[in-house]
Amino acid sequence: MGYRIFNWGWKFPSPQQTFQAFYDGFTEGPLWGAIVASLRRLLISFAISIALGTTLGFLFARYRFLDQTFGFLVVALQTVPSIAWLPFAIIWFGLNDTAVIFITTIGATWTMSMASRTGIMNISPIHLRAARMMGAGNGFRMFYQVMVPAAFPHLMTGIRVAWAFAWRALVAGELVARGVGLGQMLQDSRDIGDTATILCIVIVIAIIGTLSDHLCFKRLEDRIMLRFGNIK
Amino acid sequence: MIDIKNVSKTYDDRNRGRYNALNQVSLHVKKGEFVSLVGPSGCGKSTLLNMIAGFEKTEEGMIEVNGEKVKGPGPDRVVVFQEHGLFPWLTVLDNVAFGLKQKGMRKKERHELALEQIKAVHLSKFAASFPHQLSGGMKQRVAIARALVMDPAILLMDEPFAALDEQTRFILQSDLEEIWGRTHKTILFITHNIREAVMLSDRVIVMSTQPGTIKKEFNVQASRPHSIGDPLIHHLERKITDELADELEKVVKGEMGDDYRIKKNHFSGPSSDSMGFGI
Ligand SMILES: Nc1ncnc2c1ncn2[C@@H]1O[C@H](COP(=O)(O)OP(=O)(O)OP(=O)(O)O)[C@@H](O)[C@H]1O
Ligand SMILES: [Mg+2]
Repeated sequence: MGYRIFNWGWKFPSPQQTFQAFYDGFTEGPLWGAIVASLRRLLISFAISIALGTTLGFLFARYRFLDQTFGFLVVALQTVPSIAWLPFAIIWFGLNDTAVIFITTIGATWTMSMASRTGIMNISPIHLRAARMMGAGNGFRMFYQVMVPAAFPHLMTGIRVAWAFAWRALVAGELVARGVGLGQMLQDSRDIGDTATILCIVIVIAIIGTLSDHLCFKRLEDRIMLRFGNIK
Repeated sequence: MIDIKNVSKTYDDRNRGRYNALNQVSLHVKKGEFVSLVGPSGCGKSTLLNMIAGFEKTEEGMIEVNGEKVKGPGPDRVVVFQEHGLFPWLTVLDNVAFGLKQKGMRKKERHELALEQIKAVHLSKFAASFPHQLSGGMKQRVAIARALVMDPAILLMDEPFAALDEQTRFILQSDLEEIWGRTHKTILFITHNIREAVMLSDRVIVMSTQPGTIKKEFNVQASRPHSIGDPLIHHLERKITDELADELEKVVKGEMGDDYRIKKNHFSGPSSDSMGFGI
């Protein structure tokens, strides 16, 4: 038993203990509840940040003035780990769901807006010209009929990175906040020294992250890229 | 139909300072006329076409289409680009129907009209394909169908066949001639291929460069369809080629500066024979 060498004792769980924690967590329920609660927060934040980020990116790509003023700010904000906003979030919203959703959204929005900006700025002018000539106008119809699909390869990258960022920010936020969730469960387990459950949750987090990327985003990307003939 | 009066265009170019791309260009194209623009690279052909299309602003001079000043792009003047410009995320059918959709036409109706045009360019079998599944010539046909479905009064074509091989080009030329004969659209056609210009057009406009101006006009008075065997066509092709040779020299000199002397022999060597086909 390798881990015994360090004489960690209870500080590191054995495979059997971890397995037992999985079993208990799923049969007795707390793990399911935590997963559902965390995913709910994640999906809400994710949806907001994708919509917000794409729109911001569009505005940056479209209006030079915005890009030169706030564009720089977004780059700066992108470098701030979203957990750094937590104190603010707690002061503004309290130690609750809203605070967690807030920092999760912040964690994903900036990346998404940068990806969307790059994607829209790289659209071939010939497509924009063709669309305008055929009467797509310059507003919303142009945006969703031409800009979004044309920028899709970049947007997809943004979405995947945003998902990963959101996931990180979420767990970080939940560690502090009250309520039900994977992060809270991690923290509770630490309080009682239940290392088996801690490891089990870490594994659950990794699995959900990987599976969602692989099953949702990668599939979606592959399917749509096939349409593009993998040209980009 | 298209009225261009004293149009000039200046670009602010980083390297060259203020660059006079077009200088006092005037041109009138009648309804139903097929006019070609030829001229050395950089003489402002695309610039002029883009101004007519409404992609570029007209700052000096005036461009009127059907008696109305050009303010922006519109479905009455559809451009066929050199690089087709099809949307890769839409099927051939949806690409062709795109313009009709913008007009608010119902799905069934617009698909019907689009299919009709797709059939006219012999691509019925590919209506459900995506652009990347088509050859270059097929893509260009889709682009033509997409333009025609809008039923524009004017077709603006910027080197539409330049990226195609000889055979495909030939087929598309005769397709275009047939379409023009059938629909009587007004067509402004840019090409580097003099034979193509002479074969298709009623009138060939030769432009000169630095700054871009109209140098000469040639009326093609041969009977339709034009044939290469026609001595009139052949004669005209020679004349236009000669006219352009001077211009070409100017460009090469401009681009290569003093190095030109060294390259000159090379240039007037074997390659001068192929001048009959293009510049
Ligand atoms: N947006 C721009 N900014 C600066 N200069 C430009 C711009 N667009 C065109 N020009 C310049 O204007 C001149 C005319 O360009 P244009 O594209 O109209 O030439 P062209 O006759 O179509 O050439 P080609 O046969 O190679 O297509 C060129 O010297 C080009 O460098
Ligand atoms: Mg050009």
